[in-house]
Amino acid sequence: MRVTVNGEQREIAATRIDALLSELAYEGSHFAIALNFDVLPKSRWAETPLQPGDEIEIITPRQGG
Amino acid sequence: MSTVKFYDRAFSSRLLIGTALYPSPKIMQDAIRAAGSQIVTVSLRREAAGGKTGDAFWSLIRELDVTVLPNTAGCRTVREAVTTAKLARELFGTPWVKLEVIADNDTLQPDVVGLVEAAAILIKDGFEVFPYCTDDLGVAQRLVDAGCRVVMPWAAPIGSAKGIVNRDGLRLLRDRLPDIALVVDAGLGAPSHAAQALELGYDAVLLNTAIAKADDPVAMAKAFRLGVEAGRMAFEAGLMEARDFASPSTPVVGTPFWHAIS
Repeated sequence: MRVTVNGEQREIAATRIDALLSELAYEGSHFAIALNFDVLPKSRWAETPLQPGDEIEIITPRQGG
Repeated sequence: MSTVKFYDRAFSSRLLIGTALYPSPKIMQDAIRAAGSQIVTVSLRREAAGGKTGDAFWSLIRELDVTVLPNTAGCRTVREAVTTAKLARELFGTPWVKLEVIADNDTLQPDVVGLVEAAAILIKDGFEVFPYCTDDLGVAQRLVDAGCRVVMPWAAPIGSAKGIVNRDGLRLLRDRLPDIALVVDAGLGAPSHAAQALELGYDAVLLNTAIAKADDPVAMAKAFRLGVEAGRMAFEAGLMEARDFASPSTPVVGTPFWHAIS
C-alpha cells in the first residue's frame, strides 16, 4: 500500500508499524512515532494496523538549542 | 549560592545549555561539562531509513548524566508544537518541554498567540512547559495564567549575540512575576550579558550559539559559567542603586588643606 513516511511517499508491504520499521531497515532503539499527527506509543506499534494514505513520522533525538 | 527550582526540581547550576552547533561531539560534551550545566536542551528530528543518528547522539547525552529539556524548535503551528511535545514525552520520558512556536523565519520571533494556546493545551495534558517568549509582560502573564511556572523571554533574537536589548522590559517581568522561575533564553553573546541577566534577578539563562560557535567552546563555556555565578552572587549580595550624582568613596573628614578649600 502507499503511505507517507517522513514526508515521502512510499509503497510498502508492511501492515503494522513494527513491521514497517523492519522493512525500512530502522535498526536504532530510540524512536518515537506519529501516525496521522497523533503519537503512537511504542506499546501499540505491534498492534496498530496501517491504512493506505497514512502519514507516519519516525522521530529520533537530535541536537537542539 | 541558592539553588534554582524548575517545577519543584532543584538545581545548583543556573546555566542551561544547548547541544547544537558544536565543532564535534567531543567538544559538545567537554563544553557542557565545563559549563557545569545540569539541564541540556535537545530536539527531535526525522530519522532517515537505516539511520542511527539519533541513537549515536542520545548515547552522548546519556554519558553526561544531565536532565534533558526537549524543544519544539522549528514548529510554526500550535498543532505541530503540541504533537512534537507529545513525541518528546514519548521519546525522552519527561513531562518537560521547551515550547517554541515560531512566527517568522528571519527573526525566529515567537508566535506568542500560538504559544499561549499550545501551552494551555499541553499543561492540561500534564506537561511542565518552559515557553520561549518575548519580553512582553502581557504574554508572560497569559502564560502564567495558563499554568506555566517557568517563563523564558528572549534577550534578543536566537543566535544574534546582541545581549539584552530591552533591559527595562526584562526588569518589569522580574518585578511583576516574583514567584515564577524566569530564564533569559536566546540572544546572549558574552558572559557579561549572562551576568546582567542574573544581576536583574533572573533565575537562569539558556544559551547555545555563543558557546558552540566560539573559537574555543570549552573555554567559553567556563567563561559563561563564571559570568552566571558572578551575576547571581551579585544579585544575592544586593546591588546598589544607580544615581545621578557622584558620592565620594574616600572619607571627606580630615582631608589635607581642608580649611583652604572654599
